[in-house]
Amino acid sequence: MTALIINILAITVFGIAFVRDRKKALRSIRAALKMFLGILPMLLIVILLIGLLFGFVSEEELRRFIGAQTGLLGILIVTATGAVLHIPAILAFPLSASLLERGASIAIVAAFITSLTMIGIVTLPLEVKELGGRFAALRNGTSLAAVLIISLLMGVIL
Amino acid sequence: MAVLALISGVLLYTNPGARSPFTATIASYTLELMSVLPAVLLMMGLLSLFVSNEFISTHLGSESGLKGMAIAFLLGTLPTGPVYMAFPIARTLRHKGARTANIYIFISAWACIKLPQELVELRFLGARFMLYRLGLTIVLVTVLSLVVEKLGDLQIE
Repeated sequence: MTALIINILAITVFGIAFVRDRKKALRSIRAALKMFLGILPMLLIVILLIGLLFGFVSEEELRRFIGAQTGLLGILIVTATGAVLHIPAILAFPLSASLLERGASIAIVAAFITSLTMIGIVTLPLEVKELGGRFAALRNGTSLAAVLIISLLMGVIL
Repeated sequence: MAVLALISGVLLYTNPGARSPFTATIASYTLELMSVLPAVLLMMGLLSLFVSNEFISTHLGSESGLKGMAIAFLLGTLPTGPVYMAFPIARTLRHKGARTANIYIFISAWACIKLPQELVELRFLGARFMLYRLGLTIVLVTVLSLVVEKLGDLQIE
């Protein structure tokens, strides 16, 4: 559904651009292709890694693993798990909901979701390539701090 | 890349059970990617050529202040797609003059505050969870973006 919206948006914007300046609009396509080729190798690596991940770990195993974690150590473990995993967040929510139902603590679930989305070990190569090693390290590092703070606070508040 | 392919090949060869989830995952991921990739790339191409550097500098550059940060947040929540799509876009924005803090905000917002996603979160985890996570995330991301800006900068050619 959102894919539909994005495509409609892209076509609309392109249409407007085309009307305004045909040549530049066509050059945009070329720029887009160049960017595509630039990210392609990394993209393939990322997809391969994700495929491997899911080839070896089923969702049920994941669910059981995370559900079993408790306490501060649990939070750290779950954060590490989330950092390495790369599931679309949309899928992570139902998973988290079922975890909560089975008794996982709020902090654990919050840690999982936040680290899953904000820290990306699998996507690091691409991030480094696009934005530089220092930024990538800083972003993921600070995100790690954020994950811990957010999950601990939520564990206390909720 | 070649090393990875080799390792994958070996792992899959020795673990036939892993093969079908592997291909299924790859297939679904690639499909999902292909459904948005062309559109996103197109808009990136348009962004790089049509949106002037002055525009970006004014609204997202070092003088843009709180308003700039708010814009960066909004920009991050709108698109959809995996985080790594944000990286090239962030890079382009940086080239055009956006400040580091806003780039950080943009990527972080894209990562975990996408609007359609929030609706799913609301549905599955309840309003309290979603609002607290959202609120805490926004506060922390804002603070950290300034920290990161002070500490380092992007190294892009």
